[in-house]
Amino acid sequence: MSATGSSRPQIGILAVQGAVSEHEAALADVGARTCRVRTADDIAGIDGLVIPGGESTTIGVVAGGSGLLAAVRERVDAGMPVLGTCAGMIMLADTVAGGGTQPLVGGMEIVVRRNAFGRQIHSFEADVDVPAVGAPPMRAIFIRAPWIEDVGPSVEVLASIAGHPVVARDATRIVAAFHPELTDDRRLHRLFVDGVRARAEGLQQEEDTVVGSQ
Amino acid sequence: MSDDVVGNGATSGAIGTDAVKAGLARMLKGGVIMDVVDADQARIAEDAGACAVMALERIPAEIRRVGGVARMSDPEMILGIQNAVTIPVMAKCRIGHHVEAQVLQALEVDYIDESEVLTPADEASHVDKRAFTVPFVCGATGLGEALRRIAEGAAMMRTKGEAGTGNVVEAVRHMRAITRDIRRVAAATREERFAIAKEMAAPLDLVEWVGQHGRLPVVNFAAGGIATPADAALMMHLGAEGVFVGSGIFMSEDPPARARAIVEATTHWDDPAVIARVSRGLREAMPGLEIGEIAEGGLLQTRGW
Repeated sequence: MSATGSSRPQIGILAVQGAVSEHEAALADVGARTCRVRTADDIAGIDGLVIPGGESTTIGVVAGGSGLLAAVRERVDAGMPVLGTCAGMIMLADTVAGGGTQPLVGGMEIVVRRNAFGRQIHSFEADVDVPAVGAPPMRAIFIRAPWIEDVGPSVEVLASIAGHPVVARDATRIVAAFHPELTDDRRLHRLFVDGVRARAEGLQQEEDTVVGSQ
Repeated sequence: MSDDVVGNGATSGAIGTDAVKAGLARMLKGGVIMDVVDADQARIAEDAGACAVMALERIPAEIRRVGGVARMSDPEMILGIQNAVTIPVMAKCRIGHHVEAQVLQALEVDYIDESEVLTPADEASHVDKRAFTVPFVCGATGLGEALRRIAEGAAMMRTKGEAGTGNVVEAVRHMRAITRDIRRVAAATREERFAIAKEMAAPLDLVEWVGQHGRLPVVNFAAGGIATPADAALMMHLGAEGVFVGSGIFMSEDPPARARAIVEATTHWDDPAVIARVSRGLREAMPGLEIGEIAEGGLLQTRGW
């Protein structure tokens, strides 16, 4: 676990391709330390992971070929918190609608449709109400964005547009179809990092209990 | 843009905003955009991990060989490529040819490259890119030219390099010129920036922005002459945020392997061991061309201003 405890958790950002520096800035704003994750070795010391926006096929091809996806899957299955935006949401989905064989991390009970709103000319920004982060609505930038078509019982929908979920979470994962890293609104990053801190503190307490009982 | 223009029930929705246009380029960072001439090449590029493809009828080396007037590609061919892949599809219009740009927007390409690789249609003006919903990428040889394009509405920049040569030297020159001038503007006082804006023939507000932030306001890729994994990594070292590869992939002996290797080298640009591994056994790169051997008037980078 992180050497300095949970107050400034170490968040890895999957840095195969996409909007990496934007997430670094957002995470620094909410008090996290960051590092770039490009190989399976980079994943050892992190408390949480962000999978950024980018092209999900590119991220899947490069990270899948190097064994990085398998390493991510192992950590997330073991409970490491993860935030996925746009392509990151696709990477974390159990199912991509319309098939395709792109490599994924998977594990979240959602069915995602890629490019659901259409090509770039239909990309847009809009106010999206996300009650879990409070008022006012978030200014959400959707770029060739996916949406969620179906969710399993372990998933809580946090926001929708026209009946399609665009923000959701389960016990370890938060996903957004839009790009909170492209605006100055840090509430979704804060929600994620608070979850990372809570988990790190829980693990620390467990460790203390084990040590104390010996 | 008014409420609900996006037609999805969201309030205060807006398409074609600066954030939406420049945002797609941010999602392409760290990636490789590959020139393709048909659906088969587009699928090879996507399978290799390209973050986007540039649909064009002839790659720059062919344009250079064939000569004549190079124009926007046949819409049929662009549609075929759009149907073949799920990654973004870009296409080129001639400098200043806003009707070609309107056609490309009607085809719903994801980015328009107002490109010096095609024969310019207007010797005085570039396209007014703010009038479009689809974003534009443009080439530049230096900071002043980049800021003029951004003022016209370009949402992404690239170096011009010298397309179709397989010779990276011009892309290096242009990237170094841009980063050197950014450092100069950042170090300058406010008074000095007035003089720099005049000298660079660039809008003062953009010169001020660059001075305050130490970078371009939009994403900047390298393009022109990149032919090997090491070329791509070199450009990333020099400050490129991603690379375009034109002739370098499909004029080489083993395009799928080279495409994949250039993608890997762009992700792991600062890890020489990875670049060494992916560079092994790629067979011949495209034949290169010395810049000095190009006949007078044959340089593409001098088109546009």
